[in-house]
Amino acid sequence: MARIVGIDLGTTNSLVAYMDKGTPRVIAGRHERAMVPSVVALTDNGLIVGDPAKEHLTRNPERTVYSVKRFMGKGLADVQDELAYFPYTLTEKGGVIRIKLGEKTYSPPQISAMILKELKLRAEAFLGESITKAVITVPAYFNDSQRQATKDAGMIAGLEVLRIINEPTAASLAYGLQEKTQGTIAVYDLGGGTFDISILKLKNGIFEVLATNGDTHLGGDDFDRLIADLFLADIQQQFGLDLNAHPDHMQGIRLEAERAKIRLSEELKTIATLDLPEGKGRFTRELTRDQMESLCTALVERTLGPCRIALKDAGLTPTDIDEVVLVGGSTRMPLVRQRVQALFGKQPHCELNPDEVVALGAAVQADILSGGTTDMLLLDVTPLSLGIETMGGVMSSLIRRNTTIPASAKEMFTTYVDGQTGVDIHILQGERELAKDNRSLARFRLKVPPLPAGVPRIEVTFLIDANGILNVMAKDMRTGDTQSIEVKPSYGLSDQEVERMIEDSFKFAADDVSARKLIEARLDAGALIITTEKSLTDGGQLISGDEVTAIRQVLSALASAKDGNDPRTIRARMADLEQAAKSLTVAMLDDSLKRGLQGKKVSEVT
Amino acid sequence: MDGHTHQHTSGRRELQMARSMCWHCQSEVSGEYFCDRCVKVQPVSKELDYFTCFGFPRRLSIDQQKLEAKFYELSRAFHPDFYQNKSDAEQTISLGNSAMLNTAYRTLRDPIQRAEYLLDLEAGSVKDIRTTPPADLFEEILELQDTLDEFRASDRTSDTAAALRTQLQTERAALEQRQRDMESQLQQLFGRWDALQDRGEATDQARAERDRILKDMRDILSNRTYVKNIVNDLVATIA
Repeated sequence: MARIVGIDLGTTNSLVAYMDKGTPRVIAGRHERAMVPSVVALTDNGLIVGDPAKEHLTRNPERTVYSVKRFMGKGLADVQDELAYFPYTLTEKGGVIRIKLGEKTYSPPQISAMILKELKLRAEAFLGESITKAVITVPAYFNDSQRQATKDAGMIAGLEVLRIINEPTAASLAYGLQEKTQGTIAVYDLGGGTFDISILKLKNGIFEVLATNGDTHLGGDDFDRLIADLFLADIQQQFGLDLNAHPDHMQGIRLEAERAKIRLSEELKTIATLDLPEGKGRFTRELTRDQMESLCTALVERTLGPCRIALKDAGLTPTDIDEVVLVGGSTRMPLVRQRVQALFGKQPHCELNPDEVVALGAAVQADILSGGTTDMLLLDVTPLSLGIETMGGVMSSLIRRNTTIPASAKEMFTTYVDGQTGVDIHILQGERELAKDNRSLARFRLKVPPLPAGVPRIEVTFLIDANGILNVMAKDMRTGDTQSIEVKPSYGLSDQEVERMIEDSFKFAADDVSARKLIEARLDAGALIITTEKSLTDGGQLISGDEVTAIRQVLSALASAKDGNDPRTIRARMADLEQAAKSLTVAMLDDSLKRGLQGKKVSEVT
Repeated sequence: MDGHTHQHTSGRRELQMARSMCWHCQSEVSGEYFCDRCVKVQPVSKELDYFTCFGFPRRLSIDQQKLEAKFYELSRAFHPDFYQNKSDAEQTISLGNSAMLNTAYRTLRDPIQRAEYLLDLEAGSVKDIRTTPPADLFEEILELQDTLDEFRASDRTSDTAAALRTQLQTERAALEQRQRDMESQLQQLFGRWDALQDRGEATDQARAERDRILKDMRDILSNRTYVKNIVNDLVATIA
């Protein structure tokens, strides 16, 4: 079976991991960095992704997309409050947000697909084989539309998404594999844009999720925003300058806020600086950890409510929890650690890198699916109740939250009027009484044969699969015929739209052939870099210092070309390197010949 | 607006072909969930009740450890994770079986749901949903509804509201006690049911006893649900 990789598609950073002889490992890129910033920028040379795109945040803010995960499976009305914070332009079409980049607009799954493609290329270059299958993680509290959008992103990127798994449960797999833990654990996952809490029971390789809760709109981004707002107010006061008119500086202040926050996890105070526009000079401000914590404390408190609900839903109290595991970059904040420790009364675990643990767990799940790991099994739950709208606009629950998945429910439908040929069904997700207060997932029309009222009997099965995604089937109980149902998602792309985006994505990547050329060029370049470095180590002393420096220069030029997207440039730098290293190759050949001759009699040579 | 009726259909009473032949190799299936000959997973028959599925007798006290162990064992047999490389047919069966297994476990794990399920199996009717208060609680509930209405209409910061809140708290405690009493009555009935099952007599007297237990169980279960809903409403109002 083809290799399946595990992908953590994060709000701020994304990673890809694979299973290496029973041990999950993240795949690092240049400078040993495993994290790919989840940023996509439109430049004069086309779309770029990751670290190079991140540099465009301040240079080219209107054309640089970050935190796209916040928009997955959403309509414009859902994000109205925070539109002002994003420098790029958002519109809506067919209930789906679209992001304007230059002349074109892209749906969030398309932007996410570009990030996934970057990870796919990275994995292919590293593993030296084509990658077409993946397990992708999502926040546990993601609803059906958000999960579906993630699956669509995978398809657009040319990946068959074999499983969508929840981030905290993925983390528990990585921990479980390492620690062989038994007992009840709480996974507290505070990432760049989302918060999840999951309570699990680990026993004999079974990872049974008892309850999960969270907030898909709460994370490190929100902390940064509060700190940036503080700086902005200061700048306004000191310099009489409104940075809102300068999108590039707005991004600068947001990034500086993030850096200050990160430094304050280690230090008690830090200095934030920003060069101001309009010749106003430089903004400098000290920020203490205390100040930051008093700003952020309300946000941290907001994570505790979901923790308590999850405990209650699991029928447990904090003392029943044996271990607490921290996941996500935001759990590095001392304030978060203190609050979590206070709630559960336990020192939380953070042995595994909180940035990498989710991707590692996804790789473990990928290994389970490919039949490699057979002793572990994850039994996850659906985070939100699923139901349908009934008379009077009330939601009738069919599958309760925290039900183990796969889960199914059946409901019988009939008609009220003679000859009625259809019944409209509105599917909802959420915990509120009234339909309008819950998330609309989809609507569909059930076809009914024209008969006297009450005679038709159509059984509809709602099945939530192991991905937490809903499938609907209908069966006419009188005839036994099954009916395929065309479900119109309320906040999602239609199948046809996804198809078109897949086609488009091939066009965007120029074409498949050039993608393969790039992969091959990167592979060859990688091999050449390794052999040249080895030659330098083994035979560097045989040539002059100047020559070594020259080779090293060309070597690093090739390394940067390899991280770029142009196979021709890579090939050109490879030729350069071969040329530059010629003297070294010749010197080493001579040397080995000479050593081959040593110890032999002249008569044997001649 | 959709027009759906509210019957939660219980799959097991639907007419289904008896499972006797393997869907794949057509040989007779004698194994529990897998064909002996071709080792393919078999769809769990919709006629199979949850007790039989877990290999338990129809008793109301259940060893939770054993239940969990069996759930894990069957999860390992059915879960879609282990069918990724199998045919579409097997993947569909795995999904259906897993969903059924999860429902069965959830039902049997909770004593009240377990009893309601058994009642459904034995007495063959959907559980009663009570819309009026039980006779012995009639006066009390009416009074409570009045107090609740009064509280809802009051200014929450006023002294009247504070007094009403205290009164409602007392009511809540009384109703919760009532709920616990009913639960211990149920516990006794469960014991009597299990003893009757264990004796396995087929006398008229045993049948009469059986019907009596089931009737009492049904009454207490529906009263308990009613009181529980009232308490939930009360808690939500004064929260």
